[in-house]
Amino acid sequence: MIRSSLAIAAGKLARGVSRLRGGGSALPGLVTETIDPKVLAHTLADLPGGILVVSGTNGKTTTTKMLVALLRAHGQRVFTNPTGSNFTRGVISAMLAEVPLSGRLDADWAVLELDEAHALHFAAAVAPTHALLLNVARDQLDRFAEIDQTAQLLTRLAEQTTTGVVLNVDDSFISRIHGSVGEGVAVSWFGVDPACADLLPALQEADVRDVDGAAALPDSADTSLLLVHDERSFTVTGTADVGPVTLQQRGLAAMINATAATAAARAVLGEAFDPARATRALAAVTPPFGRGEVIDVDGHPLELVLVKNPAGFTVALGTYGSEPVDTMIAINDNYADGRDVSWLYDVSFESLRGHGVALTSGVRGWDMALRLQYDEVPVGRVEPDLDAALESFLDEHRGRPTRIFCTYTAMMHLRRRLAARYGLARFGEDPQ
Amino acid sequence: MTATADPEPAVSKGTVHLVHLYPREMSIYGDLGNTRALASRLRWHGYTPVVHDHHPGAPWPQEAHLLLGGGGQDSGQARVQEDLAVQADRLRELAADGVPMLMICGMYQLFGQAFVTAEGRSLPGLGILDVTTTGNQTRMIGPVVLDTPVGQVVGYENHSGATVLGAGQEPFGRVRHGQGNNGSDGTEGARTGNVIGSYLHGPILPANPALADHLLELAATRATGGWEPAEVDDTVADQAHQRQVRRLLKS
Repeated sequence: MIRSSLAIAAGKLARGVSRLRGGGSALPGLVTETIDPKVLAHTLADLPGGILVVSGTNGKTTTTKMLVALLRAHGQRVFTNPTGSNFTRGVISAMLAEVPLSGRLDADWAVLELDEAHALHFAAAVAPTHALLLNVARDQLDRFAEIDQTAQLLTRLAEQTTTGVVLNVDDSFISRIHGSVGEGVAVSWFGVDPACADLLPALQEADVRDVDGAAALPDSADTSLLLVHDERSFTVTGTADVGPVTLQQRGLAAMINATAATAAARAVLGEAFDPARATRALAAVTPPFGRGEVIDVDGHPLELVLVKNPAGFTVALGTYGSEPVDTMIAINDNYADGRDVSWLYDVSFESLRGHGVALTSGVRGWDMALRLQYDEVPVGRVEPDLDAALESFLDEHRGRPTRIFCTYTAMMHLRRRLAARYGLARFGEDPQ
Repeated sequence: MTATADPEPAVSKGTVHLVHLYPREMSIYGDLGNTRALASRLRWHGYTPVVHDHHPGAPWPQEAHLLLGGGGQDSGQARVQEDLAVQADRLRELAADGVPMLMICGMYQLFGQAFVTAEGRSLPGLGILDVTTTGNQTRMIGPVVLDTPVGQVVGYENHSGATVLGAGQEPFGRVRHGQGNNGSDGTEGARTGNVIGSYLHGPILPANPALADHLLELAATRATGGWEPAEVDDTVADQAHQRQVRRLLKS
């Protein structure tokens, strides 16, 4: 315990220094983890509620935020890692902000967003009580190599979960995991109601999924299904319906995230789950940083949209495509972006053809322009330098709504510039 | 099999049939972009492209002037193996007859002599290219620049198999940046006649228009007896290409 306190103290110091330097969110976690590798276990293992891990390829950040809101609306104290730094070190870094040197968190639950590989690393340190597994899609194949392998990582995470897992009935990579959970571990489900299943293909990829071992539609008692009413409004059906809800974030993907979060909240709260509270909580959730975040640029909205894989970019284009505005696309190829830009050829950009793209930017700005050329989308100009691109984009489109699709490091860069100008919340800190 | 015919240009210089092998199973890294690029460029050059998607078990297209294939997951490769055995003799004949082919990553491996798994089991390939691939623990991943007979080529490799050329087998290119076939002998891909195998995604053709037009010249000549290219503005492709070359060869 003395070692943990020392580790936490050192981490807190590193956090202070790192914030002064405006640095990243993982360094303090690295310091703490180096001093006490078991710091996670010490701090999280005794939480009265439990530890819920959210993992999968797409929608982790939004779903985690919704789930935290749902639990807090039911009076639960929740520790979470809202920074989108979904690696183990990011979790420790987030913890350092809240934990006293004694190492006891003032929380009932830890709800943690972890990427697939790091979720396993985390589980090796401390077994989660619950896991919410969203989907498996191609994402940054240079990191995970193969989606079969990604599915395998999530299966192993489910095997190590001690109390309950929540699975996606519509993704066969996820649904077949129900056969792998430990004895006595409860399985509950989320998915799209068969009545509106025709909406799904827009979200799913044309890859080859092994349907062997997929679940039959499970017992309705443990299932939360999305029933879409119109573009904005939906109900999550189940033991007691949640909704109709209108989210602040647009699109089918966000509705599915809300359904997943609702299923997980039902699983952990049991009888205490209150549909009316849940409806209010979901309606109040603001879009997380970079997931449709809107920045006020002299009275006109600038939307920053993070894109990182074919499914995500396709969803983003589908979500925003019906309201074309002046558009910029910024593509970097650093490690955090995915170094291979081949995936841009698995996205159809035809919805941008009518309005065109004003500007492409980033290290691979020319490759993005080339991709658009092959889909016959007019491109105004290419400016690889992000600062110069942002400057002229804002300048040339002053007084009009604008939108920037960007990869992770491009977004970090642009957001820093925008923050300096328009006073945005610090990365990972919500204004609410 | 499905075929998509593009609208006829005012006066077409001729129809060229492209066959993409196993687009569902074997095109996980955007390799369909190669087919898209060739179809667009054919149109820009004044030809009429017809793209045939060949799926496992489907009948072979009536006409085939150029064949393309891409990379897949292990499960994808397992799924096409049976159909590949059915089509094996036809593919060997077409290759021997000079039909241009571009086989990327997983399909490059399947066009070789054999794939030896990490456990030492040898799975036979089509033997169109004299290469043998061995399963490896370490993946070769990253951006690549090659010197090839059609000029410098840029792309992105992501493979765990290490490929060795047979005696006398010509490589597709020489590695200037990246790992190539095996990370040690400086070769990348293989070329026999008009059949090219390579590990490069990117996808390889959009940012390397010289390679794309080289393949189209071969295909159009087979289809129409000649190649009459039009002026194509490749400013954007050239910029994307040159920036990668400069950036990678600088380091």
